[in-house]
Amino acid sequence: MTASAREQPVEAGLDTTAIRADFPILGLAVEGKPLVYLDNAASSQMPQPVIDRMVRYQTSEHANIHRAVHYLSETATREYEAARARLARFINAREEREVIFTSGTTEAINLVMHGYGRRFIGAGDEIILTTLEHHSNIVPWQMLAEEKGAVIRVVPINDAGELLIDDYEALFNAHTRLVCMTHVSNALGSVNPVRRMIDFAHAKGVPVLVDGAQAVPHMRVDVQALDCDFYAFSGHKLCGPTGIGVLYGRAELLEKMQPFKGGGDMILSVTFEKTTYAGIPQKFEAGTPPIAAAIVLGAAIDYLSGIGMDAIAAHEHDLLAYASAEVARIPGVRIVGTAREKAAVLSFVIQGVHPHDVGTLLNQEGIAVRTGHHCAQPVMRRFSLAATSRASFAFYNTHAEVDALVAGIRMVQKVFT
Amino acid sequence: MADSRALYQEVILDHNKKPRNYGTLDHATHRAYGHNPLCGDHLKVGLTLAGERIDAIGFEGESCAICKASASMMTTVVKGRLRAEVEALIGEFRDMTTGKLDVAGPHHLGRLTVFAGVRDLPTRVKCAILPWHTLHAALNAVPVVSTESDGDPMHAPIGDA
Repeated sequence: MTASAREQPVEAGLDTTAIRADFPILGLAVEGKPLVYLDNAASSQMPQPVIDRMVRYQTSEHANIHRAVHYLSETATREYEAARARLARFINAREEREVIFTSGTTEAINLVMHGYGRRFIGAGDEIILTTLEHHSNIVPWQMLAEEKGAVIRVVPINDAGELLIDDYEALFNAHTRLVCMTHVSNALGSVNPVRRMIDFAHAKGVPVLVDGAQAVPHMRVDVQALDCDFYAFSGHKLCGPTGIGVLYGRAELLEKMQPFKGGGDMILSVTFEKTTYAGIPQKFEAGTPPIAAAIVLGAAIDYLSGIGMDAIAAHEHDLLAYASAEVARIPGVRIVGTAREKAAVLSFVIQGVHPHDVGTLLNQEGIAVRTGHHCAQPVMRRFSLAATSRASFAFYNTHAEVDALVAGIRMVQKVFT
Repeated sequence: MADSRALYQEVILDHNKKPRNYGTLDHATHRAYGHNPLCGDHLKVGLTLAGERIDAIGFEGESCAICKASASMMTTVVKGRLRAEVEALIGEFRDMTTGKLDVAGPHHLGRLTVFAGVRDLPTRVKCAILPWHTLHAALNAVPVVSTESDGDPMHAPIGDA
């Protein structure tokens, strides 16, 4: 199957048999059973056309970029910048230079902390976070708050795992300088009403960073429609490689920011008296970037676009609804996170069984789920849990795999009766 | 790879469901708190040392089945033993679960060999070791241990905790 052959109406659903044939790893057997990979929120798998792009780059296009005048360097530079253009189109950025390649979501957020936060946030200033944040959108801001004497405010959630919007709005005051919030909760799957929350922040003159790591793989994201100031996401959750991610930033903000890392490629001129920085995006891409990973991510975006993000969202929505209904029917199992708007994540606890035991026993059936606190300890604390088991879906998952999960949960309960 | 269901044998499931020596020990002479911050497992071990002999021992906490069964079986095995014997047993248990001790060879672990299977499950080794690490800490007057501290048995010899 080629990416272009995937274009089909949403109503038709996805031909998962054809799609799965693109993913060599999905054909693996684990513990003698067919792999049921339900840990996509942690990292998704790579299809053959994307793997092939990696091989083609390394076998016929590789050299360092933005440097030499020779053929390979020019080829690599062209392909790297073409990947940037693909990413810009994918999220509908106004300009390609608003797309900065980072090592992932974590580095993208740290870039904003160092580049924007350390320049524009000071003592007594306030940063609004939400209870749903991954540790990567908490810890950098705590580091900044500690350094600057700034204050962190946290938006609470209800028992379903939904942000309390009235409480969010009540947190704003004359000291509020930045809002940092996740688009989709990695631990619960809640989809936050980011557009509405951004509008409110902007009415108060406050910029907003959105952690899109769990949103971009599952829905069409348009940074202009959201009107966000920063948007961060990772390549390896998008069928791309590890070590690559994106920070989208509004050009006028990126231009005002200080560099995050110093080195080659981010300068115009260097003397021992004074260095002049390059413009965006190079100002934030010091050193040799992950060239191969960026180009391969570009191919992953093409693959996903070939299937269609709306078709992916529809398929996953159907899968999550089916899985939620089936798991809810099992006595002694509780779903954690029941927001009205959810994406691709099913967190659950089995009464009387620790999630680590659940994970080990499901693995015995070839089923990969994540168990633990999901790097979101404030969420776990909110539900008075140390950990949950989390099944997270991608467009290549099937109803049959949900059935395998349900049978696996029943098997775990049987072992522990 | 060993069948991980083999790890969840009847004896382990039984100790998980009905842990022995469970509860706070009044008048303990030695206590320690063990914690795995990565998964939230935590337990307290208290014991009474009469001379060099463990007279009484109790534990309580919240953890997975592997950790709780390991703690329960540990208490039944070490009660009445001399401190030096127990320290040697802690070392053997650690070596077994980290794959350094072949249970086919000589050892003093007895039925504790039901935990040998965790050596094939690196992410679960800490679950089995935590109670033993905490016992070692109690015997050596270390009030709090963490699987992620420098005293972590995965990072440093347990004797250095």
